[in-house]
Amino acid sequence: MEERKYAAYLCKGCGIGAALKFGDLAKVATREAKLGLVKEHDVLCSPEGLEMIRQDIANEGINCILIAACSPRVKFEEFDFPGCIVERVNLRELVAWTQDPEDKETQALAEDYIRMYGAKIKKVELPEPYKNEEEISKTILVIGGGAAGLSAALFAARNGYPVVLVEKEAQLGGYGAKLHRATPTSYPFTQLQEPPVLAKIKEVQAEPNIRVLTGTQVVKMEGQPGLLDVTVNHNGNEETFRVGTVVLAAGWKPYDATKLEKLGYGLSPDVITNLQMEEMARNGKILRPSDGKVPETVVFIQCAGQRDPEHLPYCSDFCCAASLKQALYVRQANPNAVAMILYKDIRTPGHLEMFYKEAQSDPGVMLTKAEVTGVELAPGAKLKVTAQNTLLGENIALEADLVVLATGMVPVTLDNPILNLDYRQGPGLPDLDLFNGFADSNFICFPYETRRTGIYAAGTVRQPMGMAMAMDDGVGAALKAIQALEHIEIGMAVHPRAWDETFPDPFMQRCTQCKRCTEECPFGAIEEDEKGTPFYKINRCRRCATCMGACPERIVNFKDYSVDIMGSMLKSLDVPTEDDIEDDEEVPLRLIGLVCENDAYPALDAAGLHRLRLNPLIRFVPLRCMGSFNLVWVSDAFSRGVDGMLLLGCKYGDDYQCHFAKGSELCAYRLTKLSETLDKLGLEADRVQLVQLAISEYDKLPEILNSFVERVKEIGPNPFKGM
Amino acid sequence: MSSDNNKVLVVGGGMSGLTAALEAAESGAQVIITEKLPYLGGRVAQLHRYFPKLCPPTCGLEIQFRRIRENPRITFHTLAEVTGVTGSVGDFQVTVQVKPRYVNDRCVACNACAEACPAWRVNDFNYGLDKSKAAYLPFDMAFPQKYVIDREACTGDCGAKCAEACQYGAVDLNMAPQTLTFQVGSIILAAGWELYDISKVDYLGFGRVNNVITNMQMERLAASNGPTGGKILRPSDQRPPKKVAFVQCAGSRDENHLPYCSYICCMASLKQATYLREQDPEAQASIFYIDLRTPGRYEQFMWKVRDDENVKLIRGKVAKVDQEPGSDNVVVTVENTLDGKKLREVFDLVVLAVGMVPSTKQNPFPLPLSYTPEGFVIPELLPEGVFAVASMKSPLDVMKSNEDATGAALKSLISLSRR
Repeated sequence: MEERKYAAYLCKGCGIGAALKFGDLAKVATREAKLGLVKEHDVLCSPEGLEMIRQDIANEGINCILIAACSPRVKFEEFDFPGCIVERVNLRELVAWTQDPEDKETQALAEDYIRMYGAKIKKVELPEPYKNEEEISKTILVIGGGAAGLSAALFAARNGYPVVLVEKEAQLGGYGAKLHRATPTSYPFTQLQEPPVLAKIKEVQAEPNIRVLTGTQVVKMEGQPGLLDVTVNHNGNEETFRVGTVVLAAGWKPYDATKLEKLGYGLSPDVITNLQMEEMARNGKILRPSDGKVPETVVFIQCAGQRDPEHLPYCSDFCCAASLKQALYVRQANPNAVAMILYKDIRTPGHLEMFYKEAQSDPGVMLTKAEVTGVELAPGAKLKVTAQNTLLGENIALEADLVVLATGMVPVTLDNPILNLDYRQGPGLPDLDLFNGFADSNFICFPYETRRTGIYAAGTVRQPMGMAMAMDDGVGAALKAIQALEHIEIGMAVHPRAWDETFPDPFMQRCTQCKRCTEECPFGAIEEDEKGTPFYKINRCRRCATCMGACPERIVNFKDYSVDIMGSMLKSLDVPTEDDIEDDEEVPLRLIGLVCENDAYPALDAAGLHRLRLNPLIRFVPLRCMGSFNLVWVSDAFSRGVDGMLLLGCKYGDDYQCHFAKGSELCAYRLTKLSETLDKLGLEADRVQLVQLAISEYDKLPEILNSFVERVKEIGPNPFKGM
Repeated sequence: MSSDNNKVLVVGGGMSGLTAALEAAESGAQVIITEKLPYLGGRVAQLHRYFPKLCPPTCGLEIQFRRIRENPRITFHTLAEVTGVTGSVGDFQVTVQVKPRYVNDRCVACNACAEACPAWRVNDFNYGLDKSKAAYLPFDMAFPQKYVIDREACTGDCGAKCAEACQYGAVDLNMAPQTLTFQVGSIILAAGWELYDISKVDYLGFGRVNNVITNMQMERLAASNGPTGGKILRPSDQRPPKKVAFVQCAGSRDENHLPYCSYICCMASLKQATYLREQDPEAQASIFYIDLRTPGRYEQFMWKVRDDENVKLIRGKVAKVDQEPGSDNVVVTVENTLDGKKLREVFDLVVLAVGMVPSTKQNPFPLPLSYTPEGFVIPELLPEGVFAVASMKSPLDVMKSNEDATGAALKSLISLSRR
C-alpha cells in the first residue's frame, strides 16, 4: 500500500446511535485516532451506507477503513472491501447491546474501542502470501498398504496426484487380506462377502499414478510439507525421494495373547485367537490344533483383553461382528457344531445389527452375556469355560472343543513413531498417550487434525474400526493431504485458519536463542540451526501465533497481528486519573479482556444478542489463540495504568477445546511466570486472571466479569495511574 | 475450476454437508449449499454438548461458519429445497425452490419485529418445548443471523406490525417464492436424519404420559440457549427431576420399528446423565439398556459415567411406561433380561433414547435413487457423480459423519476432473 488513507465510519443503527454521543465519538476518531475522514450513517450496512463507503474508496482513495458498527462476525459480506484494510469495531454487541445507554462509562467504553482500533489500523498491513523458494512436490506418501492406505492411495491418484505407497510387509492388504470372509457392508447386511480389500489391491496395482513399495519402512522424513524428503528402507536398500504430504495408515497389530493366561491362552493349543481362527478358515478347515479333530463345540470369548483397564482400555470395535462371522464359519464347516459366544455387550452398531440378527437366527449359534471367570482343561481333551451372570444362569460351566479369544487391536504407533520425522520436537506425533497410542486427534468436528501439519492419520492407526470404515477413512485423509498441498502452494494456511495469508515473520536480529518458540509451537514448526538460532518451516505453521506469545523479545510479527499491534491497542486507552475526576467521585477502573476469537468472543456476541448487561469497565480484544498471549502485554497495559487483565480462553486438559491444541494451556503456563513480571512492577498477581469459557457459556459472562472487577476493586487502583 | 460443470452442489447444510462443502471448496471446487431450514448447522446446532468431550457443538460450527465467511468459493441458500435434477455427471441441471423468508438482507437481527409480533408458533428448534413469535430468530447463534417469519403461524390480521416495527426495511411480507436453477458437475447428498416418530411405540408412552421426553428434547432442556435457559425441568410442572430414567433402543433394534441400531443413543444417554448430575448432586439416573454400545475409545466415557454412584446402568428391556395414578410421575416397567424378573420403578422424568431415521425416508430426493426399506440410500447404486454422506447411508456419530463427508468431497472432485 503506497499511501494509506484512513476513514472511520460510525454506524448509528441497532441502538448504537441512541446509546452514545456521536459528536464525542467522532471527535475521538478525528483528533485522537487521527482517522482523516470520519462519517456517520444511520444504517451503515444498508445499500445506501455501503455506497457511501464505496464512493469514498473511489473518489477519496480511502484504503484503510474502520467500521464502527456491529460484530465482525455479522454483515461480513457487506463490509468486505477488496484491496482495503478493514477493521471492525464492535460497538453493537460489546457496547450498545450490553451497556446502559447514555451512560458516562458506556461512552468511555465506546471511545476506548475507537482509540484501540484506531491504533491497530495504523499498524496492520495487507498480507502477502508466503512463497516457497522451491517448487513444492505434489506427491502424496501413503504409509501402510492395508484397507485405509490402499483407498487413500487410490483416491488421491484418481484425483491426479502421484502417490508413493509404502508397506512394510511383502504383500499389500494388511490384515484385511488375511481374512477368509468379511462381515457385510451393503444392503441387506446379512451376507458374508469376499474381503473388499482384495479388489482394492488390484485397483491400486492397476493405477499408473501409484508407486507401490512393499517390504518398505520409512527411515527418516525431513523438511516440511510440500518439501518433505523421505528416506525409506526398501528390502534392505535405502532410497530418498521428495513428497508433499503424508497419509499415515500404518494400521494395527493384535494384542499380545500371551498376556491372556486367565482366558486359557497357552494352556492348550485349542485356545486360539480370532486371527488364528481366520487363518484356519482361510485354509479351508476348522480343526482343533491339538488333535486335528473337527470341533463340535466352539466357545468364543469376547473382549479378550479389550474393555479391561489392565489390558486394552477401549473396545476394538470389530470383534463382535468378527466372532459372529466366525461362528458362521464353524456352522458352515460342521452343521452339527455349536458356536457359543460369551459377551459383555454385543456391539453391532448401525446396519451390522441386521447381521447380528441373521447370525442369531442360526439355531447353532448361541449367545449369552457373561463374565468369563476362567478357562481350564477338562477331561476328554476338552476345555471348560466358566462364567458368571449369564442369561443361562448365575454360574455356568461350558465344555468346549475349541476356545476362540476375540482379541483386540493395538495401534502400531503405540510404541513406534513410524513417521521418523527429523523434527526438533521428535520423530512421531506428539501426546498420543491421550489416545491410548492411537494417532488420533481430539477434535470431534475435525477428525483428521494432527499436530504435524500435512500428515493425516487414517484407519486403525487412528481409531479402532473395521475394514469398511477404514477404507472410507482413507479417502477423507487423502482429501486433507491434497488440500494441504493446494494451500501450501499458494501460501495459505491450512486448517483451522484455512483462509489466512499471513505468516510469522520474525525480526531475527533481536533473537536471543532462548528456544521458547521452538519448544512451545504446538505443531513443531520451528527448528534450530547449528548455532541454536531458531528458524521457521513455514509450511508446518498453522498461524496460531503461539510463537509470538512465547517470545520474550517480541520479535514475531504477522502482517495483521503482532506484539506491537496489540501493545499499541493497549497503550491507546484513555485511563482516567484523579486529575480527570471531580473531587467527590471515584476514579473508574480500566480493565482489559483478552479473549479467544473462536469461543469467548462469540460468547460475548451472544451475550449481546441476549441483551445481558456486561461490566462496562472491561475492554475486550480478540486473540487468534490464547497461545499468542505475550506477557509483555501485561506490562504494556499496567504501565499505562490499567487495573486488571482478564483472559478468557478455551478449556484445557485432556479434553482440551483449543483448536490449536495447546493455546490456552500455554497461556495458563505463562501466567505461572507472571508473578515475576508483576513483582517487578510491584503489582498483585490477582490483577491478571485466566478463566476457561466455552462458546456456549454466554450466560455466565456477567457474573464472571463482575466478580473479576470486584476482585480488582478490592485490590485497589493501579498505583501507576497517571505516571 | 470456475466453469459451471466444475461446481459441486451440497444438499443439506448440517454438519456433514458443511464439512463436505468446505473440504471441497478449500480444495479448489466451487460449491453451492442448499439447506431447507432457515439456518445452517442442522441437528448438531440443537445439541448441548458433544460426547465424549462434553464440548459445545457451536465451537466447531463457529469455525465452519468462519470458513464459509472467508471462502469466496462457497455460496449457500437457506429455506431451499432441491425439487428437480436432470442430466448426468459433469452436467446436472438442478432446480431449487426457495421459500420466502419474508425478511431481506437488510435485517440486522435487532429483534424489533419479534417484539411487535402478536402471533406465536411452536418452536421446532426446541422440539416443541416452548413457543416463539411468528417473527423469530431460529436461535441465538443462528447463521446467517437473520430473522424469519413463519407465515403459517402469522395470523396476518395484525396489520403487519413486524414490518411497521422494522426500522431497516427488512420485513417484506410480499416476498415471493423463488425458483433457482444451477448447473453443477456433481452432487453430494447430506440431508441428515430425523428422530423416529416415537409416539408409534405406544408402550413407551410418548404423547400419552406426562414427563416422557425424547433425547433431543433433553438436549434442548440442558442447553443454555434452550427453552429453560439450561435448567433441566420436567415439562408438566417445571420442576427439576430428582430421578430420571433413560430408555435405550426406543424404536431401534426393533423389527416393528427400526431394525437397525442407531449408533449414537447409548453414548447420548450416558452424556445426558452427566448433564443431570452436573446440575443436581442428588439427582439419580437409571439407564435401561439391551447392550451398552460405546465402541472404540468411547468405552472410557462409559467408565467415567459408570463410576458415578448416582448413575445406574441396568440391563433390561423396558416393557411399559405409564403415568403414576394421581401424579405427574412416570412408572417404568422393566424386564431384567438376566433373571427375567419384572421391575417397576417410579421416575420424575423419562428420557427416550429415540433412534434416527434418514430424512430421505419422509422426503426422497428427486432422483431415482435406491433406498433400503428403512429409507437409507444404497450407496453402491447411486448414479455417477452423486454421493451420499453420513446418516443418509447409515446411522453414525458426528465424528464419523465428518470423516465420511471429507471423503465425499474427494469423490466429488474426482468425478469433476474425470469427466
